[in-house]
Amino acid sequence: MKTDFLEIENGRKLARDEIPHLGFDEFRHQALDIVKDGGKVIHYFAYPEGGDMKLMAVLRTDRLLAAGCDAPEAYPSFTAECEPFHIFEREIAEQFGIRPEGHPWLKAVRYHANYRGKPDVFGNDYAEDIPGNYEYYAVESEEIHEVAVGPVHAGVIEPGHFRFNCIGERVLHLEIQLGYQHRAVENLLLNADARRLPIIAESIAGDTSVGNSLCYSQAVEALSSVAPDKGAQVIRTIALELERIANHVGDLGALSGDVAFLPPANYCGRMRGDFLNMSLLLCGNRFGKGLVRPGGVCFSLADEVRNILDERIKEIKPQVRHVAELLFSTPSVLSRFEDCGAVSLSDAEKLGLVGPAARACGMPYDARRCFPTEHYKRLDIPEYALPSGDVYARAKVRGDEVMQSINIIQSLINGPVETDCVNGKIPALEPSSFVVTVNEAWRGELSHCVLTDAEGGILRYKVKDPSFHNWNGLAMSLRDTGISDFPLNNKSFNLSYCGFDL
Amino acid sequence: MFNTLKNRFEQGYRTSAYPKEKIALWRRYRGLPQIHKDASAELAAECADLCPQNAIDPVRRLIDMGRCVFCGTCERISNGAFVSFTNDFEISVAEKEHLLTDGSLPSLADHSRQHFKKLFGRSLQLRQVSAAGCNACEADLNVLATPFFDLARFGINFVASPRHSDAIVVTGPVSRNMKTALLRTYKATPDPKVVIAVGSCALTGGPFRGSPEITEGLDTLLPVDLYIPGCPPHPLSNLHALLTFFK
Ligand code: SF4
Ligand code: SF4
Repeated sequence: MKTDFLEIENGRKLARDEIPHLGFDEFRHQALDIVKDGGKVIHYFAYPEGGDMKLMAVLRTDRLLAAGCDAPEAYPSFTAECEPFHIFEREIAEQFGIRPEGHPWLKAVRYHANYRGKPDVFGNDYAEDIPGNYEYYAVESEEIHEVAVGPVHAGVIEPGHFRFNCIGERVLHLEIQLGYQHRAVENLLLNADARRLPIIAESIAGDTSVGNSLCYSQAVEALSSVAPDKGAQVIRTIALELERIANHVGDLGALSGDVAFLPPANYCGRMRGDFLNMSLLLCGNRFGKGLVRPGGVCFSLADEVRNILDERIKEIKPQVRHVAELLFSTPSVLSRFEDCGAVSLSDAEKLGLVGPAARACGMPYDARRCFPTEHYKRLDIPEYALPSGDVYARAKVRGDEVMQSINIIQSLINGPVETDCVNGKIPALEPSSFVVTVNEAWRGELSHCVLTDAEGGILRYKVKDPSFHNWNGLAMSLRDTGISDFPLNNKSFNLSYCGFDL
Repeated sequence: MFNTLKNRFEQGYRTSAYPKEKIALWRRYRGLPQIHKDASAELAAECADLCPQNAIDPVRRLIDMGRCVFCGTCERISNGAFVSFTNDFEISVAEKEHLLTDGSLPSLADHSRQHFKKLFGRSLQLRQVSAAGCNACEADLNVLATPFFDLARFGINFVASPRHSDAIVVTGPVSRNMKTALLRTYKATPDPKVVIAVGSCALTGGPFRGSPEITEGLDTLLPVDLYIPGCPPHPLSNLHALLTFFK
């Protein structure tokens, strides 16, 4: 297929005028062609420049592609023809008041006024509480009952509102309303003093602190032409894998708890803590905050630390393996996991699912393999996917990734790792530039896209958490599933509220 | 069955002896900051200048632990000569002004409210409200239920309904979209109720201060009884605060 979209590289700076600026019709036509042909949307966002609005799309096939255009105030929705654009168009409408005409489900994303003071696309008065002028989907019949849960949930969990339409125990439709965690992170990243940015990036989603600080730091590195040394790349890779392991292990325990099989629930809870403590060993913080900064890392992997890490991993590895074997060989667990909450490959494609949730539906994409950064370029990440799309597949993919990540870390700490630590000062950014950074965080494809203006200030900072794609996957998994299986499905995805809400 | 038992033996007994026995956290952990008064004025000013949270007062030589996210920049820049972090995780306070510290903290036990101890010393039920942080604070509250910390052995539990709770534990900088839900939860909690603010976000807005979508300090909305600093506070900081304040 011939396209004017430019092939770009992950984490490589471009001058902004190198990015093709197409006419709107051409842009629309070509973006739709790429995605209809199996491409995926990494970013599709709007940004203001001079008094004008522009659109930018970053797509992926087996390559990364980018192009932009001038934004009309209203345009024929892409989503009406091609589903993967659905939430991006809603976000653009919410952030800048640009209306995608004919969008099949034009609903607020995070519930805030647009940044341009344009008439609200959703007809909301933001002095009113969320969800404002929005009526949830309702299935109508005398036998239907609705269950409304949240924003404050029964556990120690982030806020969100869930609305189930059920017939008896069976869920016909689940609608998820988020936005309660909205802190306007993208605007903060745009306006705050440069020294605050690493802290803000790490706090977009705390369970993905390392992922977000990597995306941020790689972007700054590209835009200022500083580079981490090899040792720093190894330490960053270890930190990202520790983050993955801790979250996966914790969720396997939570899944086990949800089917009332308590031994793995308790063991995994404890072992997750041990992995968090390994992050603390590296950098003093259990979530890896303070470790990754533009130019490298702030803490070394001195031999003393490396040896302690090695010993701890050696000790815990068989325990993790045995608990996983126990979990996945217990009939009462399997009978609840299997065939529960299946998402079909075709739905997963249309929703644009990413990460383990997508690999559990037969989509093997893994940014560590397809667009590797840091030390992943020198690692061999195998292609891996399971076909069934159910809770079992999501749990199994995550369980297998834990063992794979442990092996990766072990392979990286069997010899000295040397790096010159950075002091955390933030270099100046080059003007009129563009960069996109993509990393495989534990939930999947995480990406930041940064545009600078003619003075080297940040013109647009776009963040995309994998949950931005995947929340609709959870909603889909509940179709025709017992409402009592909601916790199980929820845990198998374990999506981020704050990462979505920004 | 055999597999289940084998795992049980392999896992062993894991519950910590804290608070009976002290725990020494790894030295890279950043707990209570120590200010070194003899550092030069230039160094103090440089640290204050590079602190991402504007948490350092270089003239009075104090750190505001409510703003601080314990990132370690000041310690690194000054090479420990102006600020160094100890591994002391017992850093919670009952009065907001105590968050401003040079490294000496008033004893939390002396400042806890005696009637709370009498009422809740043997049984304390907590309702957690997560309000727009990054979810790491929630995660390190949640781990208190795991075998290592085993909060329930102290008679302290997280409960599902504010109607069953004695205290609300708030994390995050309270976004505009969460405010009503938080205030309603507070209202639904029976009197006398305790309010506990956990993490830099809840204390001052944390990394998100300056955003028009958030609240800079839970105490501007509700009367806060207990402040637990950190980003996030170590689970042991949370445990210490709960045990010292209520037991
Ligand atoms: S550790 Fe605290 S006081 Fe020191 S630089 Fe970081 S935020 Fe500022
Ligand atoms: S205080 Fe820090 S760890 Fe806690 S919610 Fe805020 S950003 Fe996250």
